[in-house]
Amino acid sequence: MLVFAGARLLPGDVGRAMLGPFADPAAVATLNHQLGTDRPLLVQYVDWIGDFVTGDLGQSYSYRAPVAQFLWPALLNSAKLALVAFCMVVPLGILGGVMGALYRDRAIDRILSVTGMVATVVPEFVSGLVLLLIFAVWLHWFPLSATAPADAGVLTQFYHLILPSIPLVLILFGYIARMTRTGMIEALDADYTRTAILKGLPRATVIRRHVLRNALLPTISVISTQTVYLIGGLVVIEILFRYQGIGSLIYTAANKKDFPILQAGIMSIGVLFTIMTILADLLYAALNPRIRFGGDG
Amino acid sequence: MTDIAAQSRASAPRGLARRLLTRPSFLIGSIVVLFWVVCALFWPVLVPYDPFYTDLMVPLKPPSATHWFGTDQLGRDVFSRVLAGARDILTVAPLATLLSTVVGTTLGLIMGYAGGLVDEVLSRIVDAVLALPVVIVALLALTSIGASMWTLLLVIGFSFSPIIARTVRASVLAERQLDYVAAARLRRENHLYTMFVEILPNVLGPVMVEMTIRLGYAIFTVATLSFIGFGIQPPSPDWGLSISTNYGLIGGGYWWTVLFDGLAIATLVVGVNLVADSIQGALND
Repeated sequence: MLVFAGARLLPGDVGRAMLGPFADPAAVATLNHQLGTDRPLLVQYVDWIGDFVTGDLGQSYSYRAPVAQFLWPALLNSAKLALVAFCMVVPLGILGGVMGALYRDRAIDRILSVTGMVATVVPEFVSGLVLLLIFAVWLHWFPLSATAPADAGVLTQFYHLILPSIPLVLILFGYIARMTRTGMIEALDADYTRTAILKGLPRATVIRRHVLRNALLPTISVISTQTVYLIGGLVVIEILFRYQGIGSLIYTAANKKDFPILQAGIMSIGVLFTIMTILADLLYAALNPRIRFGGDG
Repeated sequence: MTDIAAQSRASAPRGLARRLLTRPSFLIGSIVVLFWVVCALFWPVLVPYDPFYTDLMVPLKPPSATHWFGTDQLGRDVFSRVLAGARDILTVAPLATLLSTVVGTTLGLIMGYAGGLVDEVLSRIVDAVLALPVVIVALLALTSIGASMWTLLLVIGFSFSPIIARTVRASVLAERQLDYVAAARLRRENHLYTMFVEILPNVLGPVMVEMTIRLGYAIFTVATLSFIGFGIQPPSPDWGLSISTNYGLIGGGYWWTVLFDGLAIATLVVGVNLVADSIQGALND
């Protein structure tokens, strides 16, 4: 997974990019020297990896200020948005999948699978736009911007984040519901479920203790891999709703060709992905009755 | 062996077509997609106004009998622009999908067939690329090399190929155990011949499914990148681009400048995905 560092880009002529195509070549060369971008790429790369590991994220080209100063607040903001989205989508998705499996091939299952598909494939900026039009412009239920006033409390912040998180919820709902449904159906058809029913246990207990526990395993993997996807979606949502998060930070950095911010932003996504994968593996192991730590099973 | 294989291969497509045509989701999906393909090809004869003609006398007019979908900031007819907007996205997305399918299938064949160190190294690279969201990869690449139709095509084509490679690799691994591959090896066939002539036809099913699914994602990605300004460039009437230039106006109530473009994108991706889902379902029956 750490091969990920290979996804580093070749910045090209940074001084040229910053000063524009008509700048004096001497000025470009001076700036490149100041920034250290005239050194061989490998030297820059080794330097940068070393700095990253020790927590020094470098200086932003365009703001002339430490990257960390922008990165941490942005990550925190995005984390809030992602948290709101997650708290909505995980229960909804699991509920949708469970309902679909329990009423397999009946009307409710069909409706859920079509809705899930439509929700998953429509780009976030389209669903976000429609939501903005309906709930912010026409009904005035929610604000147009996701950014709450500076001194706002937790509730106001949450209120501002509801509308922007819905497109993310829509995208993820279909994946989670589909995986849960598949897992549920497999578990419902399994021998241990039949045994549990024949033992005379009540249906609710069987579903809770025997079916759900096994059915949720694949769902956990999906949720963790979809987190990466969520970050791609954050770029779009944060632009549409004017929110200062990691997505809009990367976007602004890309527009200004501010490579230190761009690299730090993308690197932090990679680290986040790795952490999520490890967490998912641990949760998987904790829930899976067949994998036990300590070896007494 | 070859006879049976040839027979089953010849009858499979016909059965597949019949099974597809009985699926309502396939019919609805293909009608929607076909509608947009017709728009993309024949928009010059379909549009009531020139989609590029700016008429500063009628900016931001709401929908009416003369302008069905209203006009935008520059007085351009939104209805004409929505129809013409199908052109660029339906050029870039299918070509990018084709590119990623060719590259991905070749990679997957090599990984699955060669195995060992080659597979190990390529798999690591595939995993590394898949660890990043495609939108971010594309943003990074397009920042470095500049955004245009061609770079967009290349970037999406290459960033989608790892996932296709992974699918193809899995199917090739299953095929490699079968007798016909061993027979080809015993006949001392050339490796390239075995990969492309013997194995490839047998993994075409998964390749086809993967390709239609990727087409949906390609449209999604092109639209998204155009929306954030790293995709199709002005003055194209592209839907994502139109939304990006006009969504700042929705606070003022000018909903018609963005809503129809949004619906166009939504219907196209849903249509493509309905077709993809039905192909997958029909192949599994």
